[in-house]
Amino acid sequence: MHFLVNIPKPVGETGGGIANALLGSIIIIAVASVIAIPIGILTGIYLSENRKSRLAYWCRLSVDILQGVPSIVIGIIAYFWLVKPLGGFSALSGSVALAIMMLPIIVRSTEETLKLLPDSLKEAAFALGMPFHRVIFKVIVPVGISGILSGVMLSIARITGETAPLLFTAFGNPYLSTNVTKPMSSLPLLIFNYATSPYNDWHDLAWGASLILLLWVLFLNIFTKLITRKWKVQL
Amino acid sequence: MDTSVENGIVTRSELPLRVINSKTPEAIVKTKNRIKRSFRQIRTENVFKRTLVIMGIIMVILVLGILLTLVVQSLPSIKALGPKYLWGKVWDPVQDVYGAWPFLLGTLLSSFLALIISIPFSIAVAIFLGEYYPNGWLPNLLKNTVELIAAVPSVIYGFWGLAVLVPIVRNMESHIGVEPVGVGIFSSSLILAVMIIPYAASLGRSMIQMVPSPLKEGAYALGATRWEVIRSVVLPYTKSGLFAGVLLSLGRALGETMAVTMVIGNTSIIPKSIFAPGNTMASVIANEFTEADKAVYLSALIELGLVLFLVTVVINMIGKRIIDRFTNE
Repeated sequence: MHFLVNIPKPVGETGGGIANALLGSIIIIAVASVIAIPIGILTGIYLSENRKSRLAYWCRLSVDILQGVPSIVIGIIAYFWLVKPLGGFSALSGSVALAIMMLPIIVRSTEETLKLLPDSLKEAAFALGMPFHRVIFKVIVPVGISGILSGVMLSIARITGETAPLLFTAFGNPYLSTNVTKPMSSLPLLIFNYATSPYNDWHDLAWGASLILLLWVLFLNIFTKLITRKWKVQL
Repeated sequence: MDTSVENGIVTRSELPLRVINSKTPEAIVKTKNRIKRSFRQIRTENVFKRTLVIMGIIMVILVLGILLTLVVQSLPSIKALGPKYLWGKVWDPVQDVYGAWPFLLGTLLSSFLALIISIPFSIAVAIFLGEYYPNGWLPNLLKNTVELIAAVPSVIYGFWGLAVLVPIVRNMESHIGVEPVGVGIFSSSLILAVMIIPYAASLGRSMIQMVPSPLKEGAYALGATRWEVIRSVVLPYTKSGLFAGVLLSLGRALGETMAVTMVIGNTSIIPKSIFAPGNTMASVIANEFTEADKAVYLSALIELGLVLFLVTVVINMIGKRIIDRFTNE
């Protein structure tokens, strides 16, 4: 527990913890999720509702491209879109970079899940005179929620371990910080900085942080597996 | 009840008069409210449909924006250095000399070496899980483990490589008589190989499971052994799919940053052998981006990012096309 609630000590003192990185990771991921989940799900709905239109073709292509963009390039982009205009490294810019990485996974899983639903469900709802948005939110999304949810979880699991986009955006911070407009630490950043440092105390901290990060990611993945198995979703 | 309301084809102007003529005051208020509500619903529906279209447009704008930002920001270096930037052999920001060749070479070497190391493993796993034992608890465990390999964060691979793999490689290097550095292209290829096995393996597995069983049964009926069936039916049938899996894992390896940065040694000299330390495009960006103090320096780094972006996008697109064609057949 000591390890989880304390901030790192300066070089030369033993002890210390990773509270700043843990809190930073949680805040950055939460903000990224708030940005990416609504946009991702709505885009997925758009793609599954408009399969043949020209915009849908380009949109699908863009999502494919986005999925293959190296994470370091997304870091550069976030640097020029947010860090430079705002005048300094900030956790918010890191969140935006991670949100861009989450989008393609959420869009894809939403689209694939909704495509599998039988048309008769939607037709029945329309026949009852429901308006389009209510058909989507009261019929389509609740039926496909397990697939959408597992996409969201997978995307969170993926960005939890991302370091490269955070190097030039969230930057890292040795102190506890909750201000999203200031630099903030996160678990992968702390591991990178301390693992490449020459000090043994810091290596120990990095090993501990690695364990926490690994457990977190594995938990998310296994949890997602269980959901998909229980609700029999194909991803 | 007014029929024109029930039909849903009422217009705003004609409706209130007819309703008012036939109803008591309370009923009029009620009907008016209902009409208001349905107009509101129609408006919400239109707004919702428009929002969906806007979301679709946002995705396209996002990708175009990324490309545009990269191009605009690397313009100073494209103007100042020209195309010879790509095969310039010296990278020395202090002297204002920028040549990307050491990083291009480092990226290509480490990625292809990783690919060569990983292909036997990923194809073996794919055949084992797809053909020999598609069901059962042991294959299931193996399948999930392989997928979890892909889920481990790259910074942890890097740390593990630095602490465990690099000393082993250093030991090996001193045995075979090269300079025992430990860090270098070979170490990063090993790490990359472990990281990319799951992509080719899980894709290959699903491709192999899609081989129609009449084909295989025909071969068995002709007296072929299991190995012959795999060699002359399954592998030829799935070769485009397996190739696509390898391409996708190459795309992964090219863009991988953290694990490589931590074990490749980070020198901007052209690597003399696969054991020498070097640098990849992604790792040099990660190392020097925040230190770049001159405009040309920064924009040369961004040009590297642009090259990386274009290469990975092209490779991913080709891979996806092949898979789409394969699954549609």
